[in-house]
Amino acid sequence: MTLIKLMYEFMKTGLFSVGGGLATLPFLYAISDKTNWFTHSDIADMIAVAESTPGPIGVNMSTFAGFKTSGVIGGVLASFALALPSVIIILIIAKFLNKFKDNPLVERTFYGLRPASIAMITAAGLNVAKVALIDLDAFSISHNLNDLFIYKAIVLGVIIFIAQRRFKVHPVLLIAFAAIAGIIFKF
Amino acid sequence: MSELWELYKTFAAIGSVTFGGGYAMLPILERELVNKREWTSLDELRDYFSIGQCTPGIIALNVSTFIGEKRAGVMGAVAAGLGFLTVPIIIILIIAAFLTNFTELEIIQHAFAGVRVCVCVLIVQAVMRLWKSSIVDKLTLALYLIIFMLNAFAKISPALLVIASGLLGLFIRRKY
Repeated sequence: MTLIKLMYEFMKTGLFSVGGGLATLPFLYAISDKTNWFTHSDIADMIAVAESTPGPIGVNMSTFAGFKTSGVIGGVLASFALALPSVIIILIIAKFLNKFKDNPLVERTFYGLRPASIAMITAAGLNVAKVALIDLDAFSISHNLNDLFIYKAIVLGVIIFIAQRRFKVHPVLLIAFAAIAGIIFKF
Repeated sequence: MSELWELYKTFAAIGSVTFGGGYAMLPILERELVNKREWTSLDELRDYFSIGQCTPGIIALNVSTFIGEKRAGVMGAVAAGLGFLTVPIIIILIIAAFLTNFTELEIIQHAFAGVRVCVCVLIVQAVMRLWKSSIVDKLTLALYLIIFMLNAFAKISPALLVIASGLLGLFIRRKY
């Protein structure tokens, strides 16, 4: 039963996440909210794992969730479920490739889809920030604004942002750097 | 049969070196598929990419499916797709087996807390990168803000939001 539910949820994610990688995030948060397969922190960790291992985040997350709920079989089936809708859609499009590319209806649909896609990626970013940059627990005990923000995390974030913008450092290196900073400064 | 095996092998190799997904893949695909194997042209590859970007699912997998289909029909697409998925699935299975035991360690917790900060920054930069091609006028800006609110605070199903905004684009944008 769990396997079927697992496949259904990831098939839905595969079918509706337009715009690659991070577009699967809003779906993963929705799955996390209604099941106990993985937590918001698991998602934040898995984004890091996905950025530093081969393969897209959607596949990584479905493998992870499937494995956690139903072992190796679950991991494999959840990933196949995620992939299935897009394989079918591409097989259909491959038959009408040129018509699809220049179709004004397709262009109009994407005029609406693109902003929606990055709006939901932004919301996913907010979810990660809630875990990474602020400490709601400490704040709700002390009601002191000083306790709300994790200052060393914010400083690290600014450093990473600048390093990426100015020197185009590869994400894998940034993640390794952040992990070491986390260990040294006890985040 | 050997053609299918060739497709599987090639995409398994590609799938094991693509870090960071989508956009990072183009140069690797270009080297492997256009220069080395001559399975497709660069123009064709770019077309696959732009379609893969605006259809559901993972861009890299969509591109694999296209090439597989072109080489050996439906079975070719399946072989290429399976090949692409093999290594990432195995790696995560190994990591997941480790993570459940090792996240208890304090040092791993500190490391991941640091890494989450980095993930925040990477998401911000992804949004900045996509902004120019997505938010092209006041209407798309308004749509961005509304969908953000509905998704972040009202917790409305993302599938519903994707369908609604696609339909909105279809009916609002008439000048073409």
